[in-house]
Amino acid sequence: MTSGIDLQGSFIRALIDLGLSPGVAKAIWIPLPLLLMLIGATIGVLVVVWLERKISAAAQQRVGPEFAGPLGTLQPVADGVKLLFKEDIIPASTDPWLFTIGPALVVIPVFLSYLIVPFGQNLNITNLGLGIFLWIALSSIAPIGLLMSGYSSNNKYSLLGGLRAAAQSISYEIPLALAVLAVVMMSNSLSTVDIVNQQTGYGILGWNLWRQPLGFLIFWIAALAECERLPFDLPEAEEELVAGYQTEYAGMRFALFYLGSYVNLTLSALLVAVLYLGGWEFPISIDWLTGLAGLDPATPWLQIITAALGILTVLFKTYLLVFLAVLLRWTVPRVRIDQLLDLGWKFLLPVALANLLLTAGLKITFPAFFGG
Amino acid sequence: MFSLSGYEYFLGFLIICSLVPVLALGGSRLVQSRGLGPERRTTYESGMEPIGGAWIQFNIRYYMFALVFVIFDVETVFLYPWAVAFNQLGLLAFIEALVFIAILVVGLVYAWRKGALEWS
Repeated sequence: MTSGIDLQGSFIRALIDLGLSPGVAKAIWIPLPLLLMLIGATIGVLVVVWLERKISAAAQQRVGPEFAGPLGTLQPVADGVKLLFKEDIIPASTDPWLFTIGPALVVIPVFLSYLIVPFGQNLNITNLGLGIFLWIALSSIAPIGLLMSGYSSNNKYSLLGGLRAAAQSISYEIPLALAVLAVVMMSNSLSTVDIVNQQTGYGILGWNLWRQPLGFLIFWIAALAECERLPFDLPEAEEELVAGYQTEYAGMRFALFYLGSYVNLTLSALLVAVLYLGGWEFPISIDWLTGLAGLDPATPWLQIITAALGILTVLFKTYLLVFLAVLLRWTVPRVRIDQLLDLGWKFLLPVALANLLLTAGLKITFPAFFGG
Repeated sequence: MFSLSGYEYFLGFLIICSLVPVLALGGSRLVQSRGLGPERRTTYESGMEPIGGAWIQFNIRYYMFALVFVIFDVETVFLYPWAVAFNQLGLLAFIEALVFIAILVVGLVYAWRKGALEWS
């Protein structure tokens, strides 16, 4: 196990060598990874939006966006610019403050959750000890924003959509948290970096997917429900509720909801990759390969290649999962609200509890295979 | 010991993320077109004049789910420290958690039989 490259350490050391005090050097460093992550997340969303439109088109034997840029890659940018120039309508009967705070409350926590996403041993914003628990806490703020915007719109469709969104989020929050709990138990840590490290060393065979198949399915279903993706997009089911809590929203406020939902989808896919698919771990163990080639893992150029490969691996796994989510959207019919709640409470919750106890029992019986 | 190292990033990220909606809405305000008439400020109700508002007394059927949610969410929070320290606690902690979860499962079965988890 190598520690990999340490950008933070090198950067701060370089600044100190220039004659700055350590405190100032750290203060200069702190905004850099944050801005980089924010920009990366936004670009990631643009790619996801384009992919979604292209894959949807392919699933329906259409061409999809093709005029804006090569292969229509600039289409999401064009959409964003269009929304920026659109008139921002606040209906007369709404509560303007709640109407504005609602979308902000949806967007801020999902972006904030990127704090804990690791792209490598040291390639993350910070390795918080609270890690994945912070994400679970943050993900339960968004329903308040949805409820707020649904209520403040003073529109019957919005109210029903907002209530549905809140009910759906709280119903799938528990199976999600319990599935994460089983992973946490195997790694003896809440930190996302520790969770990935626990899966390294055996290539594809070491991934949590094989030890937590049930947990993986529970997490994926619950994550899709939390993101309000089809087949669980009831809060905005257009045949029933026009657009749910978004009905009264136009222009940039609507864009915030749109952005929030796609950031959330990307984030969920990233976390599935981190929790169950070994994060930045290449399917064949890199340590084993370098050992085979007789190279020293501490060589600088090798570390750069390993780090770059790690980032590409995380992104590849993430976009594979996004692809799966888009295909699911066009292959599975939408569920009814009572079926949705039944699935959450009467199926996923007992199964998640059983999965947790099964993991605990297996960990006692075979400590070597389940993280000691 | 609980240490706060690393949380300066949280504060910084919170500030930067809070700027996203502020900048988006502020930027849009600068460049957007305006043509407000009274018609476009009505709420949407399938093209008709809206009949009454939505701020009425209304039977929220989800409140039972919300109550059950609170119970299980607190349970999950209690289980997190148990799971993190499980490798040091051993068999006794497993049996204790088994009892704890069994009590909650009885609660779930009760809510289920009482119809709290029914939609209608």
